Formats: sequence, structure tokens, C-alpha cells
Amino acid sequence: MTLIQKLLAGAGVAGTIFVMAGPAQAAKLAISCGAVGQELSLCKEGVEAWSKKTGNDVDVISTPNSSTDRLALYQQMLASGSSDVDIFQIDVIWPGILGNHFIDLNDYMADEAKAHFKPIIENNTVDGRLVAMPWFTDAGVLYYRKDLLDQYGENVPETWDQLTKTAQKIEEAERKNGNDKMWGYVFQGRAYEGLTCNAVEWVASYGGGTIVETNGDISINNDKAKQAIATAAGWIGTISPDGVLGYDEEGARGVFQSGNSVFMRNWPYAWALANSADSPVKGKVGVAPLPKGGDDGQSAAALGGWQLSVSKYSKNPELAADLVKYLTSYDEQKRRAIKGSYNPTVADLYKDKDVLAANPFFGDLYETFTHAVPRPSTATGTNYNKVSNDFWQAVHATLSGTQTADQALPALEHKLKRTRRSGW
Amino acid sequence: MAHASSLTRSRRRSAWIFLIPMLAILAVVAGWPLLRTFYFGFTDANLSDLSSYSFIGIENFYAVYDGEAYGLLIDPEWWQAVWNTLFFSVISVSLETALGMVVALVLNQNFRGRGLVRAAVLIPWAIPTIVSARMWNWMLHDQFGIINDMLMKLGILSAPIAWTASPDWAMSAVILVDVWKTTPFMALLILAALQMLPGDCYEAARVDGIHPVRVFFKVTLPLIKPAVMVAVIFRALDALRVFDVIYVLTPNNPQTTTMSVYARQQLVDFQEVGYGSAASTLLFVVIAFCIMAYIMIGRVRLDEGGH
Amino acid sequence: MNAKAWKYLRKAAFWLLVAVIVLFAVFPFYYAILTSFETGSALFEVNYLPESFSLINYISVFKGQPFGHNIFNSIFVSFLVVALSLLLGVTASYALARVKFAGRGLLLITILSVSMFPQVAVLSGMFELIRGLGLYNSMFGLAISYMMLTLPFTVWVLTAFMRDLPRELEEAAVMDGATPWTVIRRVFLPVMWPAMVTTGLLAFIAAWNEFLFALTFTLTDDKRTVPVAIALISGASQHEMPWGNIMAASVIVTLPLIVLVLIFQRRIVSGLTAGAVKG
Repeated sequence: MTLIQKLLAGAGVAGTIFVMAGPAQAAKLAISCGAVGQELSLCKEGVEAWSKKTGNDVDVISTPNSSTDRLALYQQMLASGSSDVDIFQIDVIWPGILGNHFIDLNDYMADEAKAHFKPIIENNTVDGRLVAMPWFTDAGVLYYRKDLLDQYGENVPETWDQLTKTAQKIEEAERKNGNDKMWGYVFQGRAYEGLTCNAVEWVASYGGGTIVETNGDISINNDKAKQAIATAAGWIGTISPDGVLGYDEEGARGVFQSGNSVFMRNWPYAWALANSADSPVKGKVGVAPLPKGGDDGQSAAALGGWQLSVSKYSKNPELAADLVKYLTSYDEQKRRAIKGSYNPTVADLYKDKDVLAANPFFGDLYETFTHAVPRPSTATGTNYNKVSNDFWQAVHATLSGTQTADQALPALEHKLKRTRRSGW
Repeated sequence: MAHASSLTRSRRRSAWIFLIPMLAILAVVAGWPLLRTFYFGFTDANLSDLSSYSFIGIENFYAVYDGEAYGLLIDPEWWQAVWNTLFFSVISVSLETALGMVVALVLNQNFRGRGLVRAAVLIPWAIPTIVSARMWNWMLHDQFGIINDMLMKLGILSAPIAWTASPDWAMSAVILVDVWKTTPFMALLILAALQMLPGDCYEAARVDGIHPVRVFFKVTLPLIKPAVMVAVIFRALDALRVFDVIYVLTPNNPQTTTMSVYARQQLVDFQEVGYGSAASTLLFVVIAFCIMAYIMIGRVRLDEGGH
Repeated sequence: MNAKAWKYLRKAAFWLLVAVIVLFAVFPFYYAILTSFETGSALFEVNYLPESFSLINYISVFKGQPFGHNIFNSIFVSFLVVALSLLLGVTASYALARVKFAGRGLLLITILSVSMFPQVAVLSGMFELIRGLGLYNSMFGLAISYMMLTLPFTVWVLTAFMRDLPRELEEAAVMDGATPWTVIRRVFLPVMWPAMVTTGLLAFIAAWNEFLFALTFTLTDDKRTVPVAIALISGASQHEMPWGNIMAASVIVTLPLIVLVLIFQRRIVSGLTAGAVKG
């Protein structure tokens, strides 16, 4: 322990004694949720309702929108044992990375947790400890141009092969008609976490596993995975622009929303934007589950979304847990679903009339949300980012043609084994 | 003589009095964090629990387990990052120095609207990097970027290029943005040096009817050389540690991963404080080596002046 | 070719050069201004001239967060950093440039070596330090941490400039028995203006644009600086990038710097050329 840490610890102890000696009084909490914009204002409204109910003050801390920046900031705060923030909003892939710093919420809301989607609760459980409560979920979906499919007499594709054929056909026909910016399919191909999501979907849809299985086995080097990634590599330059290798969510949405692509893989957020008043594709867009990998494959959507965790350095863990319980409850998730289209994690809400009235496609996608495929973040623990980084590098190299899938995946397996040397 | 030496002594004393506040502040804000990083480089510290770590010697740099070698020194990605960094630094700093010199010479002329031009030139430097890099990202976009549109309208390109995504163009795109962003820095420092030149040697040259280009190389350049050398040192230091432009423009692209990007990835993304600190230490060594070589070869004066 | 035509040609070439420089420097900023007036799907189209004009992005920048406050914080920190760096830098560089003593070269190298570590490597230690000093979430904590970024640079540049000043400059004053502080104030400061203003300006911009420390060492919205505030602007959902708002905010924060340059640029050209001192 350094001198500074000692001094800080001393100050902490002194502070605790002071608080305990004083009369019971309203505490002050700090929650980090959202950045700015609608996400933050929804969070603020929820938090205010709770503070009115319980008489406690809560500060809402805004954090960067970029999840890498946000993770870095959280790590810095938590590693120093800072008690400045009590409740953290964390990404679905962070429980394994940050879990050490959070309290076990099973002590406070084990019953409530049962109402939430099971895969997410499993994802958030690290070594038997529920380190985070699901707040809202996200899953990859396929967007398509209804008008173009109708015009060319095509159906919504159910397998990747169908998607490739349909995309190719419409792209060629449209280009012949003078629309030379037309492409077939756009997705997130930039070398970043989004590519891991996309590629996990391809691999899982062919039945090729999830890179690292829940028991810690490295499964990525198999023929189905190779087939999946090779298929995707075939899209580049044919149905997808070369630039897709640099697209994130907004890059892909820009192309699709300007009317320059038949299909797009994205998160549900793009729905409202693609149908906004000034959108060139307003009213022409449909949403469907992602295609299967062949007839015996399955539709697989990567699990996204955000959770709430309570820091173990918090001075008021009980109160903080109560706020988490409130924010993740049925009623609060319902309010957020209606007002901001945030996908609830409470299964019953997908049958709620008011929610469905506000978000008609929630009902159709219920299966997609309940069966979303988690990335191997819980199995790989603090090593997840490294695993994901190695994975997207291998996929990116295959997509950009510097390697074949047959070369990339054995090399990736070797790399992952080296990382696992001292255990996940 | 006795008088002179007591004067020298008192000058030296006051010199130290002047130096101490600056050194004290640097020691506090830089000393502790730097030594801590250096120390962590020899431990297995992890960000998930910073209070427990053990000393592991040079294992972060080189170690062998089960007949397989591990460590920074045999990591091809690290050496790729070193090469990328050196390539980036040499090209971008040379371009920036040359262009900065041109801009400074222009701004040193007397012409109408000089103040506005000077302010305009400084704009790229004034926009926060996190913003300007994103702006360029947008402008370089393959589908709705204005650069592709412009080049295609001019007939230079037949099909749009994915500047930041393509392995062939990513480094050029990063260099372009960096040159755009930091040329003003060089220009401003060279301009200051030009402005501090004594005017009489020019008059002498003009009277002698020497060609302006010759005057520049024979008179101006040698006179401003010390200031330019210092400006280059600091530009090079920044370039060798380049991070944010790449972080925003071409993140996770092996062609543009520099030493700082590598170190950050280990330190923050992978939580390997020990390994990342080792990388930072090695980065320090590489930079120190480059700068010392530059100081020797460029004969930058360190111990001159004064009496 | 006669002399007159040659003169015009040279003039035209010069103005062409100025035009190219200005265009290259300003075009992305111009594009940012253009974008800041656009909303929705118009952002995904390539425009060279303004096609729509809406101030909604500017209004929402100030509505969504205490942006005025953030600008004030940035100005405060940047001025503090400039004042401290110049004060410490000028005195130190006088000692390093004008007084002979053993170990000067070594000292300069040591100061320089502070700039050889990547910022992210010192982040963790600096964070502990700032918290230990009780300066977390405070403008003073930020200003102190920025010393690490600006001091080495300021000291080196000022030393380089001061070393080149002629020796006679201070000799008379020293003979008159003036103290070193008086020598700095009376003799050096007047001729150092171009260097001071330049380094000051560069230090100001460094502090104004710094992101990593500012993000990590502040917590609440009212203590954030401008780059952090911009990075925190987000759309309705996690993935949506409110491009128009970000551009509007960038335009707003660049304007004070342009004003600053316009105010101080006269100082950059005074100094020696103004004939204050002839070596």
C-alpha cells in the first residue's frame, strides 16, 4: 500500500465513523448512466422518481458515449477504489472484466432476477455472483428494403446464401437502371467490437460455436466457423463495398438510410431513424431475424445491451442496490420501452399491450431477443478484450483478403491458447 | 577577478533559485507517475486488482514457458508497432517541417490581411483532435465523404477509395490528417524565430543584391536553425507518441498501430498493467534513443550561451 | 520577359500560394460549419455550399448540458496553465540559457525525458496523485497535471530563443548591479514577446484541447472541459452519432481561439523586428 492509498483509506475510515456516529440521514448516491441526449434524460427521470419516493439525493454522472472510453474511465475509477460513483451502467461484455469490483446482487434481488431473460442473467453471473442487473437489451437484426424486394419479387432471405443471391440480383438490376451507388448488404466490418458481434452471429448461425465455450474450451478452429467466415469474405467487393471494412453502426446506417443498400445488419436503434420524417427510405424498411447458416443452421443474433452494477467501494451499497432494483423493475423498463424504445429485459413486457403499441416489431423479434447469443465474455473473464481483439483481427484479415479463413482460424486458436496459458 | 567570480557565484545561486520551482513541479507531477510506470513494468500487475502484484523481473520483456517464448521482445506486433511509429514520424515530421517553413515564410511577408491568414492557418491546430479526427473520418468516408466526391468530380478517381479502411491507404490517411493538424505548430514556431532575427543582416544582403533564395539558405536558415531544431524535437516527440489521431481514425488497424496505441491497448483494453508498463518503458527507450541520435547528429546545442 | 510582368507574375504566384494554404487549412473547418447547420438525413449527403440553414444544433448544444460552464472551465484552466508555464518557463530558461553552470545539458535532457512517456502510461499514477492531493474533480488538479505536458516544451523553446539573444543585451544591466529578476523583466521580456506569445499560445491550445486527463480527473458535468463535453454529446441511443451537434460544438469552441490569435498576432510580429533592440 502506498502512502497515498493509506491516507485515502484513513480518510475513508474517518468518514465512515463520522457517518455512523451521526443521526440517520438521507444519503447521497452517484449513478453513471448514459451520456447526454435521450438516454441520459430517461435515466434522470427514473432516478428522480426514486429519489422522491425515498428522499435520497442522487447525482447523475454522464460518461463518454464510446464504450471503449467509458470502460477505460470505469477501470481507472474502480482500480483506485474510488467511492465517487456508486452505480455503474455496464456493457453486456463487461461483467467478466469488472466483476471483481461489484457486489453480489443476489443478496438483494435474487427473486427479481428470475423475471429477466435467462441468458442475460447467466451472462451477468460471474463465479456464482450476480454482478449486474439487466437494464435493457439489444440484439443484431436484419433490415431490408421492402419496396425493392417487392419490386423484384424476392422474399426476405432466410439463409445467408439466399441473402447473397437476392442482394446480388437487386444490386445488379439497380445499377443497370442507373443507380450506380447501390450495394447489396452493409454491416459492421471495421476492426472493433462490432465486428466481433457480426462474426459471432455468422459463426453461431452455422453452428460453429462462440469462439470460447462456457466451459473455457477454445472452439473457434472448426470447419463450420471457417465456412461462415469464408462466406462473409465473399461479400466484400461483390455485394458489400470495400469500405464496409471501415464501417461501424453509423457508417452502415448512413449507406442504408441514403437508400444505397438492399440489406443491413444493425441494432434496433436504426429502426426509428430509418423511419424518421426526412429519411429517404421512410416507410420502405422491414426488420427480420438475421439469416441462418444453411438449412440446418439457426438464426443467431449477438447479445448486446446494458446492465446496472453496484460498486463494492460504495458507502451505501444497500441504498444503491435499492435504486438498481427500482430502475430495472417491470414498471420502469416499461416506461423506458414506451418513451425511448429501449428493449426490456423482463420477458413479460414483450406481451404488454402498451409496449407493443409503441414498438410494433418487438413482438416479432421476441424470439431473437430471448435467444440472442452472448459473446464469450463471462468465460474469458478479464481476458475477454484480448480474445475479442484477436478474433476481430483474424476476421478482418480474412475479409480484407490478406489471409484465408483456413489460415486465420488455426493461427487464432494458437494465439488464444497462448493467452489462456495462465488460465482465463 | 575576485569580483567577477563572486558575481558568477551569485549568478549561479540565483540560477538555481529560478530553476527550483520548475523542477519541483515537474518532479511532483511527472516524477512519481513515471517511476511508478517504470516499476510496474517489472511486475505482473493487473487493472482488475491493483493492490496485489508480484515482482517478476524481466518476464514481461522475455520469458520461456514450456519451450515457447513469450514477452515484448519477441512479439511481432510490438515490432510492427515500432516500425509503424518510426515510419509515421519520419514522414510526417519532414512534411510538417517543410510545409511549416513555407507557411512561416509567407506569413513573414507584409501583405494585406496577414492577421486573418495567420488566424486561418492556426485553425487546424485549434480544433480538438478528437473532433478533427472524426471530422476527417467523415470527409474520408468511402460512400458519402467529400474527398472521394471531389476527386471523382475532378476525374482523378474512377471509384471511391475506402481511405481509412484499406490496408494500403490507412497510413497515408493518418499522415495526411496529422500534417494538416500540426503544420501550424511548426509554422508558428518558425515564424517566431524569423520574427526574432535581427534585421540588419538582411539589409546588408539586399544592398549586395544577393538573390533572395540564396539569402534564405545562406543567412536565414543558419540563423533560425536552433529554433527549428527545437521545434522538430518536440514535433518528433509528439509524433513518436502519436495516439489520438489513430485512435479515432483507424483504430485497431495493424497497419497504423503505433507504440502508444499498442501500450494503451495492453494497459487499458487488456488490463495488463504490468505488460503495458513494460511496453511504455520500452517505448521510452526507443524514443530516448531516437532523440539522442537526433541531438548528436543535428548538433543541437545544449550547453552553450551565458557567461 | 520584362521586369514589370515578372513582378506581377511573382505577385500572382504569392497570392496563389496564400490561397492554397488558406484553403487547405480552412476547408475542413468550413465543412464543419456547413455540417453544423444540417440535420437528419442531410448529413449523409455531400454538399459544397450551404443548402439548409438551421440553428437547432447550436441551441441543443447549450440545452443538453452546461456548455457555457464548460467553456468557462476550459478558458480558466488554459489561462492558468499558460500563466504558470510562462512564469516557470521564463525564469528557468533564463537560468539555463544565460548562466553557465555544470550539468546544464543533463538537466535539459532530463526535462525533455518527461515528454518521452506516452500520456496513457502516466494516467494511472497521475490519477492517484491528483486524488492524493485532494484535487480530484477540480480545475486546479487539471492545471497541475497539464504542467507535465506544457513545461518541458515551454522551457526548451524559451531557452533556445533566449540563448540566441546577444550578450551585450544584459551586460550593461548586470554591470549596473541589477538583480537577475530585474534583468529578466527589464531586458529580456521586452524582446522575448514573439517567443512568449508563441509558446503561450501553443500551451494554451494544448490545455484547451487535452482530453484524456480532463476526462479522467473530473467527474461532474459542471467541472468538465470542452473536449470532454463534446465527447459526451450523444444521440438518442448508444450507437447514434449526433453529428450536427458535435460539429456545432466544435465550431463554438474554435471561435475563442481564433479571436485569441487575432488579438495576440500583433505581438507575434513585434519584438526585435519592431526595432526595440538591434543586436
